[in-house]
Amino acid sequence: MEKLQLNETLKNGNSFREYIQKHSNVDPSSCYQCGKCTAGCPVSFAMDYTPRQVMRMIQLGMEQEALSSHTIWLCACCETCSVRCPKNIDLAKVMETLRIEAKRRGMVAERNIDLFADLFLNSVEKYGRVHEMGLILQYNLKTGQFFKDANLAPTLFKNSKIHLQADKIQDGGAVKRIFQRVKTQGGEG
Amino acid sequence: MKYAYYPGCSLHATGIEYNLSARAVAKHLGIELWEIPEWNCCGASAAHNTNHLLALALPARNLAIAEKEGLDVVVPCAACFSRLKATAKAVRESAATRQTIENIIEMNYSASNQVKALLDVIVTDVGLDSVKEKVKRPLTNLKVAAYYGCLLVRPPQLTEFDDPENPTTMDKLMEALGGTAVDWPYKTECCGAAHSTTKPEIGLKMINDILYHAQLAGAECIVTACPLCLLNLDMRQKEVEQRYGIKYNLPIFYFTELVGLAMGYAPKELGIERHFVDAKTLINEKDLLRHPTTRREEA
Ligand code: SF4
Ligand code: SF4
Repeated sequence: MEKLQLNETLKNGNSFREYIQKHSNVDPSSCYQCGKCTAGCPVSFAMDYTPRQVMRMIQLGMEQEALSSHTIWLCACCETCSVRCPKNIDLAKVMETLRIEAKRRGMVAERNIDLFADLFLNSVEKYGRVHEMGLILQYNLKTGQFFKDANLAPTLFKNSKIHLQADKIQDGGAVKRIFQRVKTQGGEG
Repeated sequence: MKYAYYPGCSLHATGIEYNLSARAVAKHLGIELWEIPEWNCCGASAAHNTNHLLALALPARNLAIAEKEGLDVVVPCAACFSRLKATAKAVRESAATRQTIENIIEMNYSASNQVKALLDVIVTDVGLDSVKEKVKRPLTNLKVAAYYGCLLVRPPQLTEFDDPENPTTMDKLMEALGGTAVDWPYKTECCGAAHSTTKPEIGLKMINDILYHAQLAGAECIVTACPLCLLNLDMRQKEVEQRYGIKYNLPIFYFTELVGLAMGYAPKELGIERHFVDAKTLINEKDLLRHPTTRREEA
């Protein structure tokens, strides 16, 4: 983190804090920086900022730093922090809110994680279910790792765990229409 | 006891053993499963991370079909369970949300039906006493690490069963089957979910931590209630062993496979032969396939 002019930052940070509060239903100012979230987080070893630091960034209105962090993508949504926070802060929800906002602004710090989620949803939109085989193939193609996990494929096939054909549903387009409607409604439920 | 059954995508693919064993065990315990016709993917964490409304609407369509049938919904996959349960809660708590969702899915859905984890149904609704009565081949001498992972018990106000820090449902079930549940600290630690695919250096460390602590506690196998947890711990175990230079060779089971085994089903019927890490050797070593009266007495 760079050095901050605290007064300025606090003054300008209001809108970001309010945005997070509105969309995550968490009052960022109630975090008293005890660090219990970080202590229990199973991914904190790999994060650029710890979960507690992310909360501090929101308090200070450091929106660029928070939204461009790797932390918000590496968060595995395991809910440990939310369950343990002594101030009942749903930090997993905050992380999710930050990811959605970062994506909206085109500030995705972890392309592969985001790509995986996109391909997953494409499959659901197309077939109504996830076609695991197609998902992995596309993911490997798009990330240029053609042979990643290729050694696992024969056993998966042999045990009928992956299929060439997608498991499609005959729902008369109901799932496609769900995607369409969500798109037209903007989607912040 | 009749439930609407939501298998979820994994149970039709990489988690096929879970589907086989869940169906066998349910039937044996008198649970009738009505598979939701034309069920769709719950959106998993991908929808959850992309769009709040989509994450609620996708599960809602399945729940609405079950509600029309007047059935509560039972879910084997921990991740699907969490998504379906979150939708039911959101609809129950807000009339506005309900309206929005109903418009999007073009169906009525008032969340009058319950969503339950299959583990909870077997332990609570069927009950451990009835399970015990049906045990034909107890898991004698089998030391099991019950692994819950994240979403089965967290957050508790959503999942509504068991303790989020020290859950015991699966441990008690293993004891009811005659096995021994080891005490270990990584019961609810996250396996990293899709990180093993997208960020292997992170995902594999998280998987290693779990395998390491299970073994350290003296477990001979791990039992789970989540297809992604099983896939990570089972399919990635060789990779983890290579990277960390530790030999684990720990079979990973779905809890339904162990229930089925104890009820007298053959490993093949339960899908146990489809695992990456061989489980048959351990099953034979422990003499689990033999009826207790014909079993050699241990000194
Ligand atoms: S545990 Fe809660 S109060 Fe403590 S630092 Fe984390 S978010 Fe803040
Ligand atoms: S939800 Fe995310 S930030 Fe919270 S403990 Fe889990 S991985 Fe860490």
